[in-house]
Amino acid sequence: MEQENDSKGIFLSIDWITITLYVILIIWGWFSVCGACYDFNHPDLFSWETNSGKQIVWGGTSLILAAILMLIEKRLYDTAAYVIYVGLMLLLAVTIVIAPDTKGSRSWLPLGSSVKIQPAEFAKFAVALALGKFMDQYGVNIKKSKDILIAIGIIILPMLLIIGQKETGSALVYLAFFLMLYREGMTGSLLFSGFACVVYFVVGMKFREDYIENMPVSIGEFTVLLLAITFTIGLVWVYCRNMKAVRIMAIACYGTILLAMLFSIYVIPFDVCYVMLGLCILLILYLIGLAFYTQLYRYIFIAFFAVVSTSLFYLSSTIFNHLADHQRTRIEVLLGIKDDPRGAGYNVNQAKIAIGSGGLFGKGFLNGTQTKLRYVPEQHTDFIFCTVGEEEGFVGAAGVLIVYLFFIWRLIALSERQPDTMGRVYGYSVVCIFLFHLFINVGMVIGLTPVIGIPLPFFSYGGSSLWGFTLLLFIFLRMDAERNLKRQ
Amino acid sequence: MKSQFYEYRKYVLAGIALIVVISYIIRLAFLQLSGEEYKSRADDNAFFHNVIFPARGVIYDRNGELLVYNQPAYDIMVIMREVNNLDTLDFCQTLDITKEQFDERMAIIKDKNKNPGYSTYTPQLFQAQIAAAEFGVFQEKLFRFHGFYIRERTIRRYATNNCAHILGDVAEVSSAEVERDDYYSPGDYIGKQGVERSYEKELRGVKGIQILLRDARGRIQGHYRNGELDRKPIPGKNLTLSIDAKLQALGERLMEGKMGAIVAIEPKTGEILCMVSAPSYDPHRMEGKQRGKQMMEMQRDPMKPMLNRAISGTYPPGSTFKTSQGLTFLQEGIITSATAYPCRRGFYCGGMKVGCHGHGAPLPLIPAIATSCNGYFCWGLYHMLGNKKYQRIQNAMNTWKDYMVSMGFGYKLGVDLPGEARGMIPNAEYYDRRLGKWNGLSVISIAIGQGEVTLTPLQIANLGATIANRGYYITPHIVKKVEGGKVADSLLVKHKTKVDQQYYEMVAEGMRRAVTGGTCRSANTSQYEVCGKTGTAQNRGQDHSAFMGFAPKDDPKIAIAVYVENGGFGAHYGVPIGALMMEQYINGQLSPASEAKAASFQSRHINYGTRER
Repeated sequence: MEQENDSKGIFLSIDWITITLYVILIIWGWFSVCGACYDFNHPDLFSWETNSGKQIVWGGTSLILAAILMLIEKRLYDTAAYVIYVGLMLLLAVTIVIAPDTKGSRSWLPLGSSVKIQPAEFAKFAVALALGKFMDQYGVNIKKSKDILIAIGIIILPMLLIIGQKETGSALVYLAFFLMLYREGMTGSLLFSGFACVVYFVVGMKFREDYIENMPVSIGEFTVLLLAITFTIGLVWVYCRNMKAVRIMAIACYGTILLAMLFSIYVIPFDVCYVMLGLCILLILYLIGLAFYTQLYRYIFIAFFAVVSTSLFYLSSTIFNHLADHQRTRIEVLLGIKDDPRGAGYNVNQAKIAIGSGGLFGKGFLNGTQTKLRYVPEQHTDFIFCTVGEEEGFVGAAGVLIVYLFFIWRLIALSERQPDTMGRVYGYSVVCIFLFHLFINVGMVIGLTPVIGIPLPFFSYGGSSLWGFTLLLFIFLRMDAERNLKRQ
Repeated sequence: MKSQFYEYRKYVLAGIALIVVISYIIRLAFLQLSGEEYKSRADDNAFFHNVIFPARGVIYDRNGELLVYNQPAYDIMVIMREVNNLDTLDFCQTLDITKEQFDERMAIIKDKNKNPGYSTYTPQLFQAQIAAAEFGVFQEKLFRFHGFYIRERTIRRYATNNCAHILGDVAEVSSAEVERDDYYSPGDYIGKQGVERSYEKELRGVKGIQILLRDARGRIQGHYRNGELDRKPIPGKNLTLSIDAKLQALGERLMEGKMGAIVAIEPKTGEILCMVSAPSYDPHRMEGKQRGKQMMEMQRDPMKPMLNRAISGTYPPGSTFKTSQGLTFLQEGIITSATAYPCRRGFYCGGMKVGCHGHGAPLPLIPAIATSCNGYFCWGLYHMLGNKKYQRIQNAMNTWKDYMVSMGFGYKLGVDLPGEARGMIPNAEYYDRRLGKWNGLSVISIAIGQGEVTLTPLQIANLGATIANRGYYITPHIVKKVEGGKVADSLLVKHKTKVDQQYYEMVAEGMRRAVTGGTCRSANTSQYEVCGKTGTAQNRGQDHSAFMGFAPKDDPKIAIAVYVENGGFGAHYGVPIGALMMEQYINGQLSPASEAKAASFQSRHINYGTRER
């Protein structure tokens, strides 16, 4: 009797807004796959011979999967979270060994003759569950270094395994969990450090070979060191509130740099970066001194930040010089150092042409020449957004983004209304994964972010990705539906 | 609840999502709403520009003999989606390629990076320039090779074994040429040398274009805007050269085994009757696909067969130059027809000595030309440079230079062929710089066409034409007629020299005497009055043998220069070769005696060794 009540309650508590958005995205995605894959030799959109036909099957089975997931109680996940996590990690590890080599990656497991699955697409929910379970435990606090290290370990393990499968793009998706950790109270400085590292890398690499006029000073090296000093002083200001130290460091550093610059311009030209490097070392020593003096750990962390900041440029330069040529070219094109529309930049260039030619209302369903003439590689998977841009125009492309925005906002709202940490952590994990995919995938197609081969959820062709995202989402929707039940 | 502490952070996350979406929408607006650039680039991908190549103009000699023509060649095209049940073995055998070559070619066609715009619905180039013989076999079997088609193009063919330097050749445009002139696209052909290059614009015609629309399948849907933007190709213009093919052929025969040049000009019109540069090569070597290999081979040859010595080679003119000196001294009043200078087996003055051969002395101008007296012209120049009326030697020198320039020396004549050299006529500034302090004696050798003076064989022939015309020349040119157009006005300009006609009569008389009783006796014939002047130019090795002349003396039909490197005295090679050439042109054929002489000259080779020159 109680069971019956529960089911009824759950049915009423299902968030139909999210489900509506989900269905809209899936159907919209199917039309895009039709546009991207339309083969004039097989004009039947529903035939199993065509990708559009197969996508219907993936979509239909996803709905069945969704329905099944709605029947599985949260309690089960709560109990089995670690088991699921360990199981999937083993699967990822086994995949490296047994998966056949497809285009250099070892991430696809063949099931039978015509179906292949990619375990990496399914591992995300396991990580989200494990993190939820871990952080729900009594006494676990993400502000404690032991706990944050465990959380990071849970995230890093699948990343390493997926990198082992040569699917670096899919591995990077797990960085999204850090955004969730931020919501759960991880100090913002960690997020900021990550952001700073990306800035160092991009700026440093991009301007590495450019020199300040009339001076033997690399713009990239100079800027990175200047940023490192500025960020370090900024961190002392924000986290330690030691105004006296901030003033000493700022005056000493900027004053010395200014004097060195003037000396270099007017007396003898020399590489100012040596002076800045010296300043960084002094800064680090000063911070360590402050740490002993004040007995505050924070200074040690900031000193560590300064060490990483200072060495990152030299480290990445060295690694960069040892990369294989094609990898180096790819990074250079990515950062806009090299313009190579026939080589590595070809995809992005053709993608921009496809989207740009769509205009306000697009060329119409199945009328995109750019995509039909196969100018855009991977157009039905990673570059699916091109088809949207070309055939449906600005209205369609912006429409997809807006639907996604509401979808993500809705998921944030659902996460916030979870009664326990497990639900909230899992919910935010889902939010962050979708956000990351949207950010990288659409960004690369319109030429704003690096080309990292990850799918656009519900749009990119493929059963694994569609099932993976459905699994991720509907586990959360079931948890949400149980929010009003008493916890057992 | 511990994390309610951080609830504000949900706004941070929602904000990040908002910022991402908004910035992406702004980017989309820039890409999609800002203009037509991307649309036109997508259209460029979707439009199929079908270029129709015009026939290149053909080239005739002055008597209407065909020299260069076009021959159809065939490209084999493939439409991938129509290829089925291909008997690859038979196909490869028919085209004489291996299975590996076939697979490699197909792979390149399918490679999007190497072949952008690839579609299985449109013809792709499988193999270019199939020769007619191969094509015949292929066409018979074509019905069996589904999906393969033929596209016609033309290749340049030569109907003559001569005239290589004049005609030049065509080859694929270089990337620099594509950049300079947007008429060209990669893979087009362009004239690289000779007339093919200098008359490229006339010969090439105008490419036609069909703008075809491809649908999303890559199939041709018809003409864009009903073909209103299409253009028909305009065929190139045919050229008639002023070259006499028979004369040219004789000239090339006579120069076999020698280095040097022959240039003959019709004095009245400035039309170049022949232009031989030796060693030469068979123009057939430049046909079709073998051109690159042949070029490399010839460029490595130390004899430099690619060099057109007639216009690019600069040589000391030797005694042929004396005529121009006599003219200058007469006009400037340094000498009169009666002035006689001594010559004691040479010119001796102030410790300076220029040797001469034995002849009667002292001599006036006409016999001095006839016997090619060195002393006479050295004294003439010595007196001119020392003449008080110029006040300074520099003024005298520059006056001399002006005379030379007016006769077409020191600058390019402006012939309608690429690669003309200007030769060298020194002026006062040049000697001031080179020698510092100098006087008439220090530069005396220029009076006899040695020293700093150099001319191209074309300039020497033009000197002959100027004397034949008694005081003027028309810019020498090689194209007589452009079909449906006209020869450039700059080629028909009459250039008067600074010397009066009466003085030219005297020099012509001197050149006549050289033939009747002087250095050019072997050129004498009873049929018409030949005028001539030998030249023997000293250089580091054996002397160069030169001849400059024209005939008949009155109403001249041909002026000629012959220059044989290391040929010895002018009379050894220059005079007899010049005489044979004049006979061929004026009589239209050689007498049996001359024919025998020609055969003996053809087989007389000069050993040049292998040193780089």
